[in-house]
Amino acid sequence: MKACKKNGQYLMIQMPEEIDHHQTVQIRQAADESILEDEVRDVIFDFGQTRMMDSSGIGIIMGRYRMISAFGGQVYIMNADTRIKKILFSAGIQKIAEFIN
Amino acid sequence: MSIAAEKDCTEIYRTGDNRIQLRFLALSVNEALARTMAAAFLSELNPTLEEIADVKTAVSEAVTNAVIHGYGMEEWDGPTQARRKSAWIHMECGLSDNVFEVSIEDKGCGIPDIKTAMQPLYTSRPELERSGMGFSFMEAFMDEVKVESTFGEGTMVQMKKKIGIVEQMEEE
Repeated sequence: MKACKKNGQYLMIQMPEEIDHHQTVQIRQAADESILEDEVRDVIFDFGQTRMMDSSGIGIIMGRYRMISAFGGQVYIMNADTRIKKILFSAGIQKIAEFIN
Repeated sequence: MSIAAEKDCTEIYRTGDNRIQLRFLALSVNEALARTMAAAFLSELNPTLEEIADVKTAVSEAVTNAVIHGYGMEEWDGPTQARRKSAWIHMECGLSDNVFEVSIEDKGCGIPDIKTAMQPLYTSRPELERSGMGFSFMEAFMDEVKVESTFGEGTMVQMKKKIGIVEQMEEE
């Protein structure tokens, strides 16, 4: 899976076109391996390709936030379209992650 | 509740409505299949991309609930093992005028307290990183959501959405 791209201090996660429970289980596994093994500080979720998302997408962001915030890391969200943003905001993700574009 | 209940089709033919039924195993890989199927069925009403995404998200939530909570597919040695002998999920979609309706039914463990389960941010499985937003999203993206559940017997979620009427989104 080409979901994870590591760039020095941060981990870039390329989110799929449709984010559901099945997809997030696999992304989570790959992401956590990378976070623990490479000791990355920050995590960036790239929603550039994402057109549909259910609440599993909220879970994966909150889970990574819990992992890395303990070590001073920060979660970023980039390229989220209006719909994805609306979903993320409705769950209060803006309180734990920074939106960049 | 009964999975794949035989329905009298006479009335459906008379009114010119349409219906499909889909039965699939409670596997997470089938979440995409179910919502794609619902979206394809819906396309007859010429929905907007937004409406398609709304329906897909809502169906995805309901099917995920059935897989994870109804049948407990994440824990193979758990108490739900007996239920896996018949771990089917039944989805039925219907079109009537410009209203799309879908019901998703499982014969899993059931919900002991529907009111609590439907509260935003409530989840019975925080360790699986469930956000507790499932029912909230179904309610946000569909016009009507009805949940029936019998503890120990199963759950049925029925949802309706009017297609073709663009509602003004609330800007926050």
